[in-house]
Amino acid sequence: MNKVTFNADLCKGCRLCIEACPKKIIALDEDCLNAKGFHPAAVKEMEKCLGCAMCATMCPDVVITVYKEEK
Amino acid sequence: MKEVFKKPHALTDKPFHYCPGCTHGIIHRLVAECIDEFGVEGKAVGIAPVGCSVFAYNYFNCDMIEAPHGRAPAVATGVKRANPDLFVFTYQGDGDLASIGTAETVHIGTRGENVTIIFVNNAIYGMTGGQMAPTSLPGQVTTTSPYGRDKHIQGSPIRICEMMATLEGVAYAERVSVDSVKNVIAAKKAIKKAFQTQIDKKGLSIVEVLSTCPTNWGLSPQKAIEWLRAEMIPYYPLGVFKDKTTESEAE
Repeated sequence: MNKVTFNADLCKGCRLCIEACPKKIIALDEDCLNAKGFHPAAVKEMEKCLGCAMCATMCPDVVITVYKEEK
Repeated sequence: MKEVFKKPHALTDKPFHYCPGCTHGIIHRLVAECIDEFGVEGKAVGIAPVGCSVFAYNYFNCDMIEAPHGRAPAVATGVKRANPDLFVFTYQGDGDLASIGTAETVHIGTRGENVTIIFVNNAIYGMTGGQMAPTSLPGQVTTTSPYGRDKHIQGSPIRICEMMATLEGVAYAERVSVDSVKNVIAAKKAIKKAFQTQIDKKGLSIVEVLSTCPTNWGLSPQKAIEWLRAEMIPYYPLGVFKDKTTESEAE
């Protein structure tokens, strides 16, 4: 399974990754506040992730690391 | 599991101080990725400007110098002439490069110094509180043009890339944007090409990156991206304005 991890404490909740995701699986986690006081972005349904790294490409704060399953 | 995207080594662990959605972070990352890919971290010297990116020296893992306002090209000239083997780039905003530093910018172009300029154009002064910049668009409302920029009073915005392309010493000039994934990838390609121009000792390379300023434009990060696309790109067309890198040495 492909995977993205978020360094949640660096996230400023700007939503640029949410716009960029082709599968629309990223959302701000309204139940959580990070150290900066923002709702950080998170993925709910990781199994739908394509590993395309579009979210990470648009992230201005280098929050996201992307792992892709090796074939 | 293969790691396909991670923070480049040339960026430090210090969190960016930029506002949410400010695309300075994307441009920092692209520059750092290019430093990694060329393997020049050990001999790279970056020149930080005055402006929002004034703390750029905290974020890059290479040597950095903080230049007085607008004088990054002059500092870069000194570094490169004293140590031609170093890899030298400046990272400047539009208030820095296109306003107070215009003389330095034009003359580094006429001299054709072998350095790279990364020019971030967000059409406003960010750090000082959203004043009108030389690159602010006609009709754009800023704190110092509350009725919108009037070209009969304040003049028309400067297109830096087009202007620099007329100078003999400029080897490569391209304007890119970071408003979409596609354009971010194109921006990285342009920065790589600019770095290659310097490594090949062809002359000055400049990459102008259209960037957003959600805070001072008074828009959400998404709306700011839309504004960049709708208003900035028609006035500042993307593309290569000069490319002397393919010309032969014999000329």
